[in-house]
Amino acid sequence: MEKINYQNFRIDAENICVDYNGKVALYDANLRLKPGQICGLVGMNGAGKTTFFNALTGFVNISKGKIRINGESVRSAQKDQTIAYVPQNEGIDSQFPISVWDVVMMGRYGSMNIFRCPRESDVQAVKDAIERVDLTDHLSTPIGNLSGGQRKRTFLARAIAQRASILLLDEPFSGVDIRTEKLISELFIQFKNEGKTILLSTHDMIHVREFCDLVLLINKTVVAYGETSEVFTPENITTTFGGISPDFLFGPES
Amino acid sequence: MELCSFLTLDSFITDPLTHDFMRKALFMSSLVAAVCGFLSSYLTLKGWALMGDAVSHSVMPGVVVAYALGLPFSLGAFIFGVGSVALIGFIKQKSRVKEDTVIGLVFTGFFALGIVLVSKIKSNIDLHSILFGSPLGISLSDVNQTIFISLLVVILLSIFRKDLMLYCFDPRHAKTVGINVFFLHYLLLTCLSLAAVVGLQSVGIILVVAMLITPGATAYLLTDKFDNMTIISVLSAIISSLIGIYISFWFDLETGGSIVLVQTFIFLFAFLFAPRYGIFKLKKLFAGYK
Repeated sequence: MEKINYQNFRIDAENICVDYNGKVALYDANLRLKPGQICGLVGMNGAGKTTFFNALTGFVNISKGKIRINGESVRSAQKDQTIAYVPQNEGIDSQFPISVWDVVMMGRYGSMNIFRCPRESDVQAVKDAIERVDLTDHLSTPIGNLSGGQRKRTFLARAIAQRASILLLDEPFSGVDIRTEKLISELFIQFKNEGKTILLSTHDMIHVREFCDLVLLINKTVVAYGETSEVFTPENITTTFGGISPDFLFGPES
Repeated sequence: MELCSFLTLDSFITDPLTHDFMRKALFMSSLVAAVCGFLSSYLTLKGWALMGDAVSHSVMPGVVVAYALGLPFSLGAFIFGVGSVALIGFIKQKSRVKEDTVIGLVFTGFFALGIVLVSKIKSNIDLHSILFGSPLGISLSDVNQTIFISLLVVILLSIFRKDLMLYCFDPRHAKTVGINVFFLHYLLLTCLSLAAVVGLQSVGIILVVAMLITPGATAYLLTDKFDNMTIISVLSAIISSLIGIYISFWFDLETGGSIVLVQTFIFLFAFLFAPRYGIFKLKKLFAGYK
């Protein structure tokens, strides 16, 4: 049997549990991802998807288990800017008085000095990132004036500017226009070629088949995990969604 | 004051300046307004208005105890201000009572304790000046303390300006890139307690929350840039304080109330006529002239 070298895993979560004041949100969850892998995180609302993200970013503490990011602790992953989190559109205050440029610059904060004064390299990184998501015309636009798709691209640009090797995306395709969807899927291919690791949550089963090498089905714990072609079966999906038939999920609307 | 003397704008402004206590009041209130206005941007964006109300009321027993023990009142205020927030967090976590209820419950409890202490502790604390402020009668030790605290808060907010903005906007991202969110949370709380204690001298404990939220809310209606919001907030707070003190001087009105009323009027003006977010959207009215 091949000897496991933990350094090879970008994300290595082992038996992690998270509870909020005694209420269990996630238990015995495992996940191992290598560079260049795209993994879909699928589950109902309240199944622990956001909790899983929060555990990986260190936003909540795990009560049991172990998380290694590139073989190191979550704390040092934070210091190294390893993980970028792209929130869902509903998760941010769109009325906050802040421009596209400012949001993307926040991706550089972690590697700046205490006053967060942008250096030449930071400015360049922000410019490049904004160009990659095709928002160069909106540099100083307040985020409140953007469309849902443009806002999503702004936060993707922040993750790009951060130069993270792991991207966690919460519902990247929800509420975006066709153009943004196309741009995001092109970026995914670029990210994959750059060796970045992507974990994305989605409600859309078609996107899982389209983009994800691997899929992690969760309902408070891991229901199934593996290659999308093997694991993403109607039976597993039914179990994940608490007995709802996949016919319903794959209905004409999806 | 003779009614005829403020018929000219010049004497309306300069006459009060001949009084030493008025010069001091104008200076101190502007300083306090600047501090509260600065902080106000963060509180309104973070949605901490109720928290501001809670902390500003909760500092009351701290101020009383500190006075009684001869300690700096800012120390007492700080302990009780941060203590109240810790207590709110604890009760919320350990019980099923909803957060806004817990906040209301804790700060009124602290406030009541303060009132009871004032009536019991023999000292020269004037309940009226704590409740309604006394910018015209600030003693010298208070002046030094207020200047010191104000500078401290302004320096802290200036250093961590961008981090606090990030913390208010997206704490999860802040945490993900290794920024100490726990520290920023307590930094903001500390600044809130300190601003409340300097603010209460100007407008009193009951109205200090207005100093902490109204300028920020006004600025929020007028701009889409964070830095501009801070500047507008500070300026509107200072202008309100100056106008409020003048009005209270000439018409013999309660100073704290006057300051807050001016702030409220400025807010209403922005609410009605702000270029983009006002009800009447002045920008549209002038659009034809461009």
